[in-house]
Amino acid sequence: MNLRLIGVNHKSAPVEVRERLAIPESHLPDALKQLAQHPGIEEGMILCTCNRVELLTNVKNGTADLRGFLRDFFHVDAAQLEPHLYEYREQDAVRHVFRVTSSLDSMVVGEPQILGQVKEAYATARAVGAVHSQLDQLLTRAFAVAKRVRTETAVGSSAVSVASVAVELAKKIFGSLNGKHVYLVGAGKMSELAARHLMAHGAASIFVANRTYDRAIRLAQKFDGQAIEFSRLYDTCDRGDIVITSTGSPKAIFRKEHGELFLSRRKNRPMFFIDIAVPRDVDPEMNKLDGIFVYDIDDLQQAVASHVADRKKEAERAEAIVNTEVERFHQRLQTLDVVPTIVSLQEHLETIRQAEIDRVRGRLGPITPEQEMAIETLTRGIVNKIMHTPISTLKTAAREAEATTIVDTVRRLFNLQEKKAAKSGSDSGAQN
Amino acid sequence: MPVLWLRVALGCYAVGLIYALVALTRTSDLLGRIVLHATYLGMVFHFVSLMEAVVLSGHIAQASVHNPESLLAFLIMTVFMIVYLVYKTTSPGIIVFPVVFLLTFVAATGQQPFLLMSSEYKKGWLAAHIGLILTGYAALIVSFGSSLLYLVQEHSLKAKRPGGVLSRLPALEVIDDIGYRSLLFGFPFMTFGLIAGTIVAQAAYGRVNFLDPKIFLSILMWAVYLVMVFTRWNSGWRGRRAAYLATCAFVAAVVAWAANYFSTIHRFVQS
Repeated sequence: MNLRLIGVNHKSAPVEVRERLAIPESHLPDALKQLAQHPGIEEGMILCTCNRVELLTNVKNGTADLRGFLRDFFHVDAAQLEPHLYEYREQDAVRHVFRVTSSLDSMVVGEPQILGQVKEAYATARAVGAVHSQLDQLLTRAFAVAKRVRTETAVGSSAVSVASVAVELAKKIFGSLNGKHVYLVGAGKMSELAARHLMAHGAASIFVANRTYDRAIRLAQKFDGQAIEFSRLYDTCDRGDIVITSTGSPKAIFRKEHGELFLSRRKNRPMFFIDIAVPRDVDPEMNKLDGIFVYDIDDLQQAVASHVADRKKEAERAEAIVNTEVERFHQRLQTLDVVPTIVSLQEHLETIRQAEIDRVRGRLGPITPEQEMAIETLTRGIVNKIMHTPISTLKTAAREAEATTIVDTVRRLFNLQEKKAAKSGSDSGAQN
Repeated sequence: MPVLWLRVALGCYAVGLIYALVALTRTSDLLGRIVLHATYLGMVFHFVSLMEAVVLSGHIAQASVHNPESLLAFLIMTVFMIVYLVYKTTSPGIIVFPVVFLLTFVAATGQQPFLLMSSEYKKGWLAAHIGLILTGYAALIVSFGSSLLYLVQEHSLKAKRPGGVLSRLPALEVIDDIGYRSLLFGFPFMTFGLIAGTIVAQAAYGRVNFLDPKIFLSILMWAVYLVMVFTRWNSGWRGRRAAYLATCAFVAAVVAWAANYFSTIHRFVQS
C-alpha cells in the first residue's frame, strides 16, 4: 500500500483558504470520480468538513501529483496553497487518519461528529467505486480505533465548549430541556451557537430581542422563533426559562428588581441567565435571588477549563492507543505484502516437484503404492527444507523496513511472476 | 416473631444508612445498586413482620396501634420506592434512610408505650385513622427530605461549583417536583386521617377536647401543611422559603407524634 494524504485543517489554514477548497456535498461524487481517474491514483477518498479538507489516496508506485489535482480541481494558485498544506505518507498517513477519526485532531478534541463525517465520506467514496480493497482496510481499522478510544478513555465524555457547558448547567437546573424556552437578548454569533446547542437538546422555542429589530427577525427565522422589539424586553423576558444575553450595553440591563419582577410573574419558577457580554449585562446581585441563576462568561469558562484539564489527560491516553494501533496495522499490512511472494514461491516449487516426478516416473517402471508414498515424502521434504529459510526470512523482513528489497530479491532469484495472489487465499498461505 | 423479622429488616436498612453517610462524601454507583436491593429485601421482611403482627393481634387497628413506628417506616420506604420508580433516583435516601432506620430501630428495640385498647372503639375508623395519618407523615418526610436536597443543589449551583460532592443529585426542578408531588399526595391522607381520628375520639369520649396537646398539635401541623400547599400552589414558593415551611411542618409533625406520650386521650388507656 502506498498511502498519501494531503490536506488543510483548522490549524494549518485560515477559514479563507479552507472555504476555497470546500466541496459541496452534491459535487462530492464528481470530485471523487475525477480523483480516482487522476493519473497514478489507485484509490482515493475526500474528507470535507468545516474544519478540514483532506485527500486520502492509495497511489501506484508512489507517483501521483496530488497537488496538481488540487490545483486543477479547485483552480487555485499553487503558491498560495502551499504554505497551508500538510502531507503525510505511509505510516504517518495511517496515524493521521486514526487521529482524525478518533477526534484527536479536532478543534474541540473529543467532539463526536467527526466520526460520522468520516464514515459518510467513506460511504460516498465506496458508492462511486473510488475506494476498494486497501483503503477499505485502513478505514475499517480507523473506525475500530475510534471506538476503542471512545470506550477506553473519557476523551469524549465531558463537555468542552462554552455552549455545551451552558447546556450542561441548564440540565442541572431544569432536568430535561424539553418544553423550555430560550430568550436571546442580543443577536451575537456566540449566543446563536449556545441557542443552537440548547435547541438541539430539546428546548421548545426561542425568542430574540435585539436593538436592531431586523437582525432579531433574521436570527429568529433561523430557529423558527419569535422576534421581539427591544422596548418590550422587560415585559416579555419572563417567558424565557433560559436567557442568553450578549448586548454591547455599557451598563447592566438586568438588575435585581427586574429579577424580582420576573420571578413573581413566573410564580417563582427558576430562571437561568447566561451572560456572555463583556461588560456584563446582568447585575451579579441577581444571582442572590432565590430561583435565579446567573453565570457570566468567566463562570462558564472556568467550568470549561476544568473540563479541558481532564480532557488533556485523556487525550494523552488516546494518543497512546493510536500509536499502538498504527504499529499493529503496519505490521499486518507488511505481512500481507510478503504473502503473495510466499504463495508464488510455494506454487513455483510445487510445480517443479510435480514436473520432476512426472518426468522420472516412466523410467522407474511399475512401483508399489508404498514406493510412491516414499517418493512423495522424499520430494516434499526436500522442497519444504529449501523453502523454510526464505519463507521465515520473508516473514521476519515483513516487520522491518527492507521488506520490499528482500521480496524483490526472492522474486528475482526464483524468477517468480508478478502476479498478485487473491487475498483470501494468500492469508491461509501465510499460515503454512 | 414480628420483632425478629423487623430486626432482619433493620439490618437491611442499615445498608441504607451507610449509603446515606457515604453519599455525603462521595458517590458510588455500586453502593447505589446494593442499597436498592438491600432495601427491597428489608421491605419484604418488614412487610412479613407487619402482617404477622396483624395475625397475632387479630386486627389491623390493634397491630398498628401497637407499633406505629414500624408502620410509618414501612410507609416512608414505600413512598421512597415510588419516587425511585418514577424519577430513577436514590438521592432522597440521603435523608429518608436515616429516618427509616431510626424509626425501625425504635420499633424493633423499644418498649411499646401503647396499651391495647378495648374492643368497643370503632376499629375500622381507628385503622383508617392510623393508616391515613401515617401515609401523610411518610409523604411529608419525603417532601421535607427533597426540600433539603433542593437547598443543597441550589447552593452548589449558586456557588458556581457544579460537579462538586453532590454532583449526582437530580436536577433542581426534578427535586422540586418530587417535593411538591409528595406534598400534594400526603395532604388528603393527612386531612382524612384527622377526620377519622376525630370520629374515633368522638365515639370514645362523646366530645373532642381541642386543648388536649395531641389534638391541638395535630391541628397545628395540619394548618402548617395547608399553608405550605397553598403558598406552593398559589405563588410557587420553593427553595429557601419552601424549605423553612417544610421544616416547620416537619417539626410540628414530630412534636405531634411526641405528644402521644403526653396526651390523655390518645393512649387508649382505660382509665
